Amino acid sequence: MKIAIFPPNSLILADLIERKGHEALALQKEIRKKVIDPEIDSPPFNITEEEPIKGLKYAAIEVPSGVRGRMAIFGPLIDEADAAIIMEEAPYGFGCVGCARTNELSMYYLRKKKIPILELQYPTSREEAIEMVNTINTFLDGLEEKNG
Amino acid sequence: MVKIAQISCGTEYSGIQKEIEKAAATFGAEIVIPEADLDYIDEAYHKFGFNVASSSIRLMIARAMSIVEGKADADAVFIGTCFRCAEGALVRNEVRRFIQQNTNLPVVTYSFTERTKADELFIRMEALSTIVDRKSLLAREKQEGLTIGIDSGSTTTKVVLMENNRIIGTGWLPTTDVIKSAEDGLKSAFEGTGYKLDDIDGMGVTGYGRLTIGKHYNADLIQEELSVNSKGAVYLADRQKGEATVLDIGGMDNKVITVNDGIPDNFTMGGICAGASGRFLEITARRLGVDISELGGLALKGNYKNALLNSYCIVFGIQDLVTSLAAGGTKEDVASAACYSVAEQVYEQQLQEIDVREPIIQVGGTSLIEGLVEAVSSILGGIEVIVPDNSQHIGAVGGALLVSGLGKK
Repeated sequence: MKIAIFPPNSLILADLIERKGHEALALQKEIRKKVIDPEIDSPPFNITEEEPIKGLKYAAIEVPSGVRGRMAIFGPLIDEADAAIIMEEAPYGFGCVGCARTNELSMYYLRKKKIPILELQYPTSREEAIEMVNTINTFLDGLEEKNG
Repeated sequence: MVKIAQISCGTEYSGIQKEIEKAAATFGAEIVIPEADLDYIDEAYHKFGFNVASSSIRLMIARAMSIVEGKADADAVFIGTCFRCAEGALVRNEVRRFIQQNTNLPVVTYSFTERTKADELFIRMEALSTIVDRKSLLAREKQEGLTIGIDSGSTTTKVVLMENNRIIGTGWLPTTDVIKSAEDGLKSAFEGTGYKLDDIDGMGVTGYGRLTIGKHYNADLIQEELSVNSKGAVYLADRQKGEATVLDIGGMDNKVITVNDGIPDNFTMGGICAGASGRFLEITARRLGVDISELGGLALKGNYKNALLNSYCIVFGIQDLVTSLAAGGTKEDVASAACYSVAEQVYEQQLQEIDVREPIIQVGGTSLIEGLVEAVSSILGGIEVIVPDNSQHIGAVGGALLVSGLGKK
């Protein structure tokens, strides 16, 4: 199954998902597609003014351009998702999109989709971290079963 | 090469990073991003004390802190956040103050959209790089010798002749042919002074036509209007230290510049419609059968509440005016309502985009309309508005003042 993650660039969440044979809808893959495109030259991510316009699908024109630019990349991943894992209160070292408003909007869209969602709080101890990995694995196994 | 440190969030996601770099490169500057590792972000952000939710804004704060703490090398600072982002706007202004209070670096700020193009940033980047290159010149607070300043604006050309910190001649006329208008302005400024062009120690030019005029007269100083106008305004208003806002409600467009110790750090320019410009007041005066110079005094005697004039459009605005007069409104009330309407629109369209700092130094031809000045102050909650003598000549005064810093010929 295609699983959206939040933060969308969390390497740990993406790794746990792929270990269970699912596809993580990670932001890095989308950015990579843009960066290796030889046609555009707008460093660092090759995002042009077109992205905030594409982002209008997810947020209205009065929403700041940086939110719409981020949503142009993350929004299609949400659209594709069959399930999602959301980690709240994660430090930015764990992964982030940089903008709190984009975070709020992205999590809302994921929740609105009525797909299986696992919501977690960032672990603060070793025990909680082990518990978190077990919870994620159980969630992912459950998806497999549901999927048949 | 001038190093401009970029402190921002969202530029890369708005697709405008390339435009920012292009704008800086046009003026011989390069954009550098101050380094900040994860631990430093936390440390700097807690030290700064502004609890923000966006991690990119925390990174902005850390980048500002690294400049203040000398960890990053920069000659100037560009601060940008997304237009309409409340968190971004709050931090943008606090970071700006933080850098200005703790360093001597020139700062400009901008709130961008995905439509931001390099040429919109040109005047800011040019101001930053000239402020760095001409720091000692901009520190000048007194005019010396015999110098002339020309401000070749889009609507009018202003010329000021100064001698030992005193204005001795002026010229003010509509810009038709850029060079011809400057020539006529010079003639008028020299008239009765006994001096001629060969006698002057220096010429400083600014405004839209500065490059053409600068080349024609081989001017000693050719500089963008942002720093020249700021300098001219604070000089004339005797507010060379501290913060202020320079407001110019023009014939065609409006400019608002915020300054710190006479150095500009943000500006906004525009005007959706002529209904928010001096042009509307000119037409109002004509319709009332008075000279534009009498309109302000008339407005002071009236009460804007007795006449409804609040259209964004000059055509509908005039319709309102005719209706008010037909309904028995007095000339005074209509004049007052016209001034209030322009001030209200400038507030709604532009002043809300910028952190207005007291005092406002109102300049340009429209600053001579007393009713408009009072309306601006009243709309901003009674803020202090200063209209210095010769307020219509700030650009030319700034040019004459600054060029005197280059010494005698």
